[in-house]
Order: sequence, then structure tokens, then C-alpha cells
Amino acid sequence: MTKIDLPSNSVYGSGPAEEQPATHVIAVLVDNEPGVLARVIGLFSGRGYNIESLTVAETDDERNLSRITIVSSGTPMVIEQIKNQLGRLVPVHRVKDLTIEGPYVDRELALVKVVGQNEKRVEALRIADIFRARVVDSTLESFVFEVTGTSEKVNAFIDLMRPLGLLDVSRTGVVAIGRGQTAI
Amino acid sequence: MTQTKTAEKKDGAAQNAGGQQMTGAEMIIQALIDQGVEVVFGYPGGAVLPIYDAIYKSGKIKHILVRHEQGALHAAEGYARSTGKVGVALVTSGPGATNAVTGLTDAMLDSIPVVCFCGQVPTFLIGNDAFQEADTTGITRPCTKHNYLVKDVNKLSGVVHESFHVARSGRPGPVVIDVPKDIQFASGAYKAPKEVSYASYQPQTQPEDARIAAAIEMMCKARRPLFYTGGGVVNAGPAAAGALRALVAETGFPITSTLMGLGAYPMTDDKFLGMLGMHGTYESNLAMHGCDLMICVGARFDDRVTGRTDAFSPHSQKIHIDIDPSSINKNIAVDLPIIADAGQALEALLAGWRARKCQAEPEALAAWWNVINGWRKKDCLRYATTDNKVMKPQYALERLRAHLEKHDDVYITTEVGQHQMWAAQFLRFDEPNRWMTSGGLGTMGYGIPAAVGVQAAHPDAMVVDVAGEASVMMTIQEISTAVQYNLPIKIFILNNHWMGMVRQWQELLHGKRYSESTIDEAMPDFIKLAEAFGGVGLRVETPDELDAAIEEMMKNNKVTIVDVQVDPEENCFPMIPSGKAHNEMILSPDVEKFEQGLV
Repeated sequence: MTKIDLPSNSVYGSGPAEEQPATHVIAVLVDNEPGVLARVIGLFSGRGYNIESLTVAETDDERNLSRITIVSSGTPMVIEQIKNQLGRLVPVHRVKDLTIEGPYVDRELALVKVVGQNEKRVEALRIADIFRARVVDSTLESFVFEVTGTSEKVNAFIDLMRPLGLLDVSRTGVVAIGRGQTAI
Repeated sequence: MTQTKTAEKKDGAAQNAGGQQMTGAEMIIQALIDQGVEVVFGYPGGAVLPIYDAIYKSGKIKHILVRHEQGALHAAEGYARSTGKVGVALVTSGPGATNAVTGLTDAMLDSIPVVCFCGQVPTFLIGNDAFQEADTTGITRPCTKHNYLVKDVNKLSGVVHESFHVARSGRPGPVVIDVPKDIQFASGAYKAPKEVSYASYQPQTQPEDARIAAAIEMMCKARRPLFYTGGGVVNAGPAAAGALRALVAETGFPITSTLMGLGAYPMTDDKFLGMLGMHGTYESNLAMHGCDLMICVGARFDDRVTGRTDAFSPHSQKIHIDIDPSSINKNIAVDLPIIADAGQALEALLAGWRARKCQAEPEALAAWWNVINGWRKKDCLRYATTDNKVMKPQYALERLRAHLEKHDDVYITTEVGQHQMWAAQFLRFDEPNRWMTSGGLGTMGYGIPAAVGVQAAHPDAMVVDVAGEASVMMTIQEISTAVQYNLPIKIFILNNHWMGMVRQWQELLHGKRYSESTIDEAMPDFIKLAEAFGGVGLRVETPDELDAAIEEMMKNNKVTIVDVQVDPEENCFPMIPSGKAHNEMILSPDVEKFEQGLV
């Protein structure tokens, strides 16, 4: 969040003082209906909130519900606003801040394409083994690895693949769920 | 379906026809009847013709034909704000829907319950850039509380009932229903309101007991308390205003109000300090700055109210009662949030206060009133007295107020700008729902169509649009609507030959470079204009002509424009300059001092 520095004769005064931003993982249960994702994304862009990652899929076909996992960063006041603004949307059933209401487990899946020959190819396979990444496609000169884990682990794997011929990456974004016996 | 029918028969409910087969257009009419809708403001077009046909055939819904769709929405807002019911608009696809956007946004920001039906091209043409097609749900998503695109006629009646529920419950707001033309023609089963359930949308209205108890404790300990109330009290209905009055009377605390909340507490009462904010009174803003307990009810700490947020009321604990959790801690961090309907919270506070019977530091409260009365002595709304030639706009409003006091059923609407602030400062509202103004969005052109909506709801009332000559031109065509339906609205123009508020800012902050802020070279003859539309026009050039003109305006039963020539140079004070705190407000129209005050 950058401080907005408007001239003193603006009708709106100057922006608020800076506070320390933090990253939060927010789970949102919504009706699976057309436009619901647009409502959520429009809320974030319209009010100037950050989206670091967003995933969505139907999770309950009987009740026709989808679950959205959003990773966002902001000051405590902004995070509270985000949750309250989400809660205000009519198709939203429940908003849960996993970072605050935690503990939680979060995972991300990435497909990573590496092209190389000889030593580099062998080294890529060895590192994939360390990261418990699986080979899901192969040619004589390339691999596609499937790696699952926290975002940090996926980042580390991708960084290591860079000098070994990293060509293409596709990531799902973070999905998360609370630990223990309670549901959203 | 058969089961429903049997149930209906058993109930003997003749009103709603659950399970009955009808076309989409007929369903809309039936749903409006079941929702108790009396009047619809709209404008026909290709994509809504089946609905207009159903209106014609049913003969049960009064329709008011506006001249522009923006007018339909503002009229629906005026209707809603003055009755407490949901206002209904009906517009066609494409340009009809896009013209409605300003009115929808206005209703969104001021929390006015409105349901707007939009026609849409047939479902099989959606996305084809068809004639008069617009992505209505996409365009209106950020400016409505919720919107629907109905693609299945069997869901239509349920959607209509749900949209009324969404519009009026919780924090009210506008809802759009986009209905493709083939859905209007298609036949399906009608659902009555009681057959519809609302799964996800259940706003909390009842306050938590523990929080009410905590609030009472804070009120008991307060030495310099202040009520700060807003439009939420008006939205919560007459009972909320009643509870507020009782609570203020029994606590003896001073009270101030936002622009949107005027009338919830009687403005003529001694405990009322006047409106607060950028052009609020000196005493109310200094009380906001100096209080040690702020009890905010149904207001949202808008930037026009707070001024500089880091210097906002630095010594107070703050209680914030709001039905919308997202209003809490949005602009100002508060100590005790209470999520509740304003009326239920006020009643709980009143009961709690009575039960607690605390003697809240009577000397401290008396001393606080002494300080406030000292601020009052500044007489911050004082203005240079009128000589016989140049009329001060404030004087014109004071005379208007004096004459309106003789009428017992008065509603005021406004446009936006200096005249709006003066109206808020110089007119008096002792009841809620009497004051219709565009607060959040600041929509020039709101006043005439809103007055049309108010007059449609209250045919015998005196409905006056306090206007400026620039704002009024934005929706001037709605005079024609008023004439067509014999809605004798009064348009009281404070004509200063400038976009007054724009000119004021240019004078004070942009070196008197009056860039594009007057229509003077092409000022219409408002008398002839009124006559051309079939109304009456009166011109007031000097103060001594004013009273006779107001009397004539109130006497005749026709749409009337009063063109009051006022001092072009007059500025609106007091004023909190931007980026300043409440205690830095400027009372003086002296430009030198003003600029120094700005640093």
C-alpha cells in the first residue's frame, strides 16, 4: 500500500498514514452461480485490494456451493474491510480468515516444464526426487514435473529448475483448509 | 405445483396466485402486486414491451412515464425515501439500462431501497452485440446491492420476491433484475412471496446484549458525550426516530446529524447542534472534536464528515452502531462496534439506560453544555444582511422556511451544490423522511425527478425542490413528467448565475480562475421554460418581491418554477477546508484568512 499524496487543495485531502501490511488466507463459501467470481474480483479491483492468489471450484454439488481461497495482503483495517465487504455480497455464505482463525494447511500444485540434455537432465530428475515431484510427461529432451506443497516449496523448486532449463510453469494458486474438526 | 395450489385454497389467500401458469411479463406484474407496489417509474422500449403490455392489460399498476431513465431511478428514490417503501423503476435494455446507472449508484451510496427492472435482448442473442444490447449485469454489478439476469422463466417470480427482500432488508440498496425479452414472453409457474426462501442473505438486526451493556457503561461514565446520527436512523423507520428522541431526552446528551440523517431528530429542538461536516455548524464540529464519547448511529464516518482522519475527534471513545459490518472501522477505528438495525439498537440502549438509572456526572454534562453554548454564540450561520437590491440565498431560504411552516405536510428535495448546503443549514426538518437529497454520490439533477417521486407518493403534500440554476438543467425535462401527471411540484431556484460550489472552490483554491463554471451567457428564461412545459414561472429580482412569489407558489396547484436571483458572490460557510480537522474550520468569508488557514 503506497501513501496517496494528493495536493493540499484537493477536495479529498491526503491519504491515510501507512500501517504494516500482512498476508492473509481467506476462505469464502459462495453460491455456484454465474457472475459470483466477477463480484468477488470486481470488489477487489474496485476497492483497490490486492489479490496475490485466487482459486475457485465447486465443492458441494448438492447445495450448489463453490469455495474460493483468496490470498491477500493489507493492513489489519484493510483485511477486516475485505472480509466484511465479501460478507456483504448476497451469494456469499461464509467468510473465514484462516490466518486469524487458524491453524490451517495450505497447498499449491504446479506443473513445471524443464528442457535439457545430459547432466542437466539428470540433475533435474534428482532434484525432483528430493522435492517429491512426479514426472507426468517426458520426451527425450524434456520433462513436465508435478510438484505439490506450500507456495515456498513450489517457489524453491522452480528457482532450482531455472538453471536446468526451465521453460514453462503453470500453478494453481493456494488452496487451504483449517486443521482439526471444524468446517468453514 | 398441484400441492401448492391446494395449500393456497386452504389458506384462502386470494392475494397471491402461487403455482398459476402465466407469462414472464405477467409474473412481474403479479409479483409487484403481491409486494404491495403502487407505482412504477419507467420508460418503454423494445426489450420491455411485453411488460408494458402486461401493465396495460392488468390496469392494477400505476405507471409514471419519465423523460429519461435517470429520472425514473431518482423518482423511485424520492418515492422510497419519503414513504419507507421500496421504489420501483422499469427501463429498457441497452441505453435504458445505462441511463439508469447514475440513479442506481446514487441509491447505492445513500442506501435507498430500489428495484429496477431492465429489459434485455432475448437469451439467444445475449453476447452478440445485438441492437440495444448492453452487459447490464456487468455494468451494474458495482453500483447495485445485488443484480440478477433471469434466464429461466420459472425462476423469475422467485427472483423478483428475493430482490425486494434484498433491497429493503439489512442496509437497503438498489437491486437490478435483467429480464431478456424471450423470458417475458415465455410461460411458467408463478411463485407467491411466501414460497420463496432466502438462503445466504440474512443480515443481523438484533444487537448483542453484552455490547449494549458495554455501551451503557460508557454512556454512564461519559463527561462530554455526543450523539452523531445518520441516514441509517431514517432507514430504520419512524420507531427508530422515536427511540432516538426518547434516548436524547432522557440522557440529556447533545446530538448532531449528517446530511442524510436530518429530520430523524427534530432540528428545532434545543439539544440539536445542527448538521456536522464540511459545511456543518461550528458547534457540532467542535463538539465532535472535543467530545469524550461519540455515539454514532447509522452513519458511516464519510470523508465529508470526518475531515482529516488522523486528527478526527482525538480524545473520544467511539461507539458505532451500524447494520452493515463493512462500515465498521472503514475510515475511523472505533472502540465498540454494534452490528444492528438502528431502531433495535436504540430501543435496547433506551431500555438499558432506564434500567441502569445512572446519574451520569450531572456537573460534567452541564459544563459540557456550557462549552457548547459558548460555541453556539459564534452564530456561525450568520450572513451579511440583505440590502434592498441584492438577495442573499440564505435569506431566500429563511423566508421559504417561514412560509412552509404554515403548511403541515412539506417535503424538500434538492439538487447538489451550495444551495443544497444552505438548504441543510437554513431549513428545518422535525420528522424523518421529509428531506430528500443526494448525499453520497452528489448527483446534480436529483431534485426534480426525486420531487416527482415524492409527489406521486403524497399527492396533497407541498413538495419543493430547492435548486440551483446549473443543477436543475441536468434533468429539467422531468418537469414535463410532473405536468403530465398533475404532480404540482415547486422548483425553487437560487439563481446565482454560477455553478456555485465549483465557483467557490475556484475562488478560494484556484486563484479565481473561473474555468467553465457558468452558463450565464445562455441562461434560459425559466419563466418561459416553465410555461413551455405547461407550468407556472415566477421571477424574483429583489428581496421585496420574494414573499409574494413564495405565497403564489404555494397557493397555485401547478408545477411552478420560482427563479430567485441571488447574490452571485456569496460563498457557503462555515467550511472545513480539505485536509483539515474539525477544530480548524473556517467561519469567515474573508479570502485572505481562508488562504492563510489553508497553509
